[in-house]
Amino acid sequence: MSRFDPKVQSSVADVSGVDDQYQLGHADKVEYEYKAPKGLSEKVVSEISIRKGEPLWMLEKRLEGLKIFQEKKIPGWGADLSEVNFENIHYYLKPKTGESRSWSNVPDEIKKTFDKIGVPEAEREMLAGVKGQYDSEVIYGSLKKNLEDKGVVFLSMDEGLKQYESLVREYFGTVVPAGDNKLAALNTAVWSGGSFVYVPKGLDVGMPLQAYFRINAENAGQFERTLIIADEGSKLHYIEGCSAPAYSAASLHAAVVEIFVKKDASVQYSTVQNWYKNVFNLVTKRSWVGENAKMKWVDGNLGSKTTMKYPACILAGRGASGEVLSVAWAGKNQHQDTGAKMIHLAPQTTSRIISKSISKAGGRATYRGMIQISRGAKGSRSKVVCDALLLDEKSRTDTYPMNKIMENEVVMEHEATVSKVSEEQLLYLMSRGIEEHEAEALIVNGFMDDVVKEIPLEYAVEMNRLIQLEMEGSVG
Amino acid sequence: MIKVKGLKARVDEKIVLDGVDIEVGAGEIVALMGPNGSGKSSLSNILIGNPKYEVLEGQVWFDGTDITNFSVDERARMGLVMSFQHPVAIPGVTVRELILSALRQKGLTVSALEVKKEIEKIAAELSLDEALLARGVNDGFSGGERKKLEILQMKVLKPKMLIVDEIDSGLDIDALKIVADGINDLVKNGNTGVLLITHYQRLLKFLKPNKVVVLRRGKVVDSGGDEVVTKLENQGYQVYE
Repeated sequence: MSRFDPKVQSSVADVSGVDDQYQLGHADKVEYEYKAPKGLSEKVVSEISIRKGEPLWMLEKRLEGLKIFQEKKIPGWGADLSEVNFENIHYYLKPKTGESRSWSNVPDEIKKTFDKIGVPEAEREMLAGVKGQYDSEVIYGSLKKNLEDKGVVFLSMDEGLKQYESLVREYFGTVVPAGDNKLAALNTAVWSGGSFVYVPKGLDVGMPLQAYFRINAENAGQFERTLIIADEGSKLHYIEGCSAPAYSAASLHAAVVEIFVKKDASVQYSTVQNWYKNVFNLVTKRSWVGENAKMKWVDGNLGSKTTMKYPACILAGRGASGEVLSVAWAGKNQHQDTGAKMIHLAPQTTSRIISKSISKAGGRATYRGMIQISRGAKGSRSKVVCDALLLDEKSRTDTYPMNKIMENEVVMEHEATVSKVSEEQLLYLMSRGIEEHEAEALIVNGFMDDVVKEIPLEYAVEMNRLIQLEMEGSVG
Repeated sequence: MIKVKGLKARVDEKIVLDGVDIEVGAGEIVALMGPNGSGKSSLSNILIGNPKYEVLEGQVWFDGTDITNFSVDERARMGLVMSFQHPVAIPGVTVRELILSALRQKGLTVSALEVKKEIEKIAAELSLDEALLARGVNDGFSGGERKKLEILQMKVLKPKMLIVDEIDSGLDIDALKIVADGINDLVKNGNTGVLLITHYQRLLKFLKPNKVVVLRRGKVVDSGGDEVVTKLENQGYQVYE
């Protein structure tokens, strides 16, 4: 198993020619079996659904999503999205099988990064979108059998819809309805790919499930849709994504992740997002958490041009608990608008949010969070810690916490700090013989220490390395 | 080992050194004295390469190399290190991490465990609470603890040339003795050259300088042996008015 958990989704279909206006001018010659015309219409949406052979109710959901998308405005409260041109996107592309782009088209800085972080050759091509599929049948084969024997369902969303239609129908769009926000509506209308996971009652999956192992012919990434159902008393750790830079020509990623954590179940969902720096990454992630169940989001945002992502827990059952550990890196021209939402609906529910952001070279990190303790959620507790580190004068950080407390007998704590790396601190470290970027790295690692401790070790090590590479200014 | 020739420098448009010559050899202690604002701290900052200071004229030579344009970290790796007057706190970076990183950046292959042991041993010698070693550098340290930590770092880094900026301020007599012992040890056993910046004479009871240099308004106004210290003791800096 590679430590770099590449993402199958970041391959041919999205990588190539999705947007003719692609800033870096890599006009990839990929032939498509089907390429929807630019822009959105009922015709395009219907075409997607029909080509996928979906049931009618899904088509209806898609069309409803489209209608809401067209009616809703772009959110005006978050990052600047004025550059996103929704009319200039092909919403569905199906590549001809065996089609590939050329390694020589991959930007040099991406190749260099692969060298630096030591991605194996075979994976590089896949990550760079050269290969449509990564041949991990050998590993996956035995894993798949093992999971099947236990009754775990781990499929692409498209496949899940085919094989488990009634389950999908029961849960799809219930925790993130199409009407939630414009991007969720868009995803509902045009979703493709993503994962469908079902963990049966009382089962501890044991090893983490990684999107990496799920081979889906239909490349997703741009509008992926993931639905995870952890049945009562079960336990799951799901790892999404890829921490090597996921190169994609698509400039918009609008994914939706819905997770149901039933009574006494426990789910952890980990992501280290490192999209290429032209990408608008606008993702809606939400979980419903039942009685005495636990949900934990570990969310690292290093890449993309603009991210808006606030993983949420709806603490619906008595004693439910939710946690978000969020790490954001905002470098040059990046705006990471991230945070978390905790909605306490039931008594004795607990939540914890730890957010750490680092800004450098004019980057901007925003923490945006909401804690709602609803009427009836007596005895609930919530703790929010958000710390920001500024590495220079040009960079920026903002904190927008929102607390709605509608019940008595609750505990709500909020701590926020902003620290600036001073020239004096750097001078001190450098005066001991430590180079400037290494000195910064020491400070950054120290700053991240308490959150990194809670991240799976492999991810933590890698995140540290990636951040160090970022500080040298060498990651593409 | 370190040789300063005709050094003229400014910070924030203000001339702070106006043609300074000074020299410190290996295993030698040179005391640099002078009233407040005479340019002592400016000189030490310029010697370590603090980029806030601009050298207008003159050169700094170290071990036969003109290092006038070398960066702070380059100079430190060559063995030119300063103990700060006001060591800054760096939350999140522990003493161990700092030292380990400094040694590794020098190109040394060291094991974290050995370094940890060595640091603990030196901390005990300096009667510095071991619990502080796991904390951020200088984070919540008292004035005396900060100075001891400076000496601790010097004992591990073993510089060829050590600039000691006002180490005596804020130290009680016991701590002063411990700190002075630490410096004496480097001079005797490591042949370290020391430029000792102070404007009190009391430190010189513990650290015997080979030479005393007096700075005033950015210029060297006197130099010599013990007699200079005696002169200052009796007449103060007014003698140079």
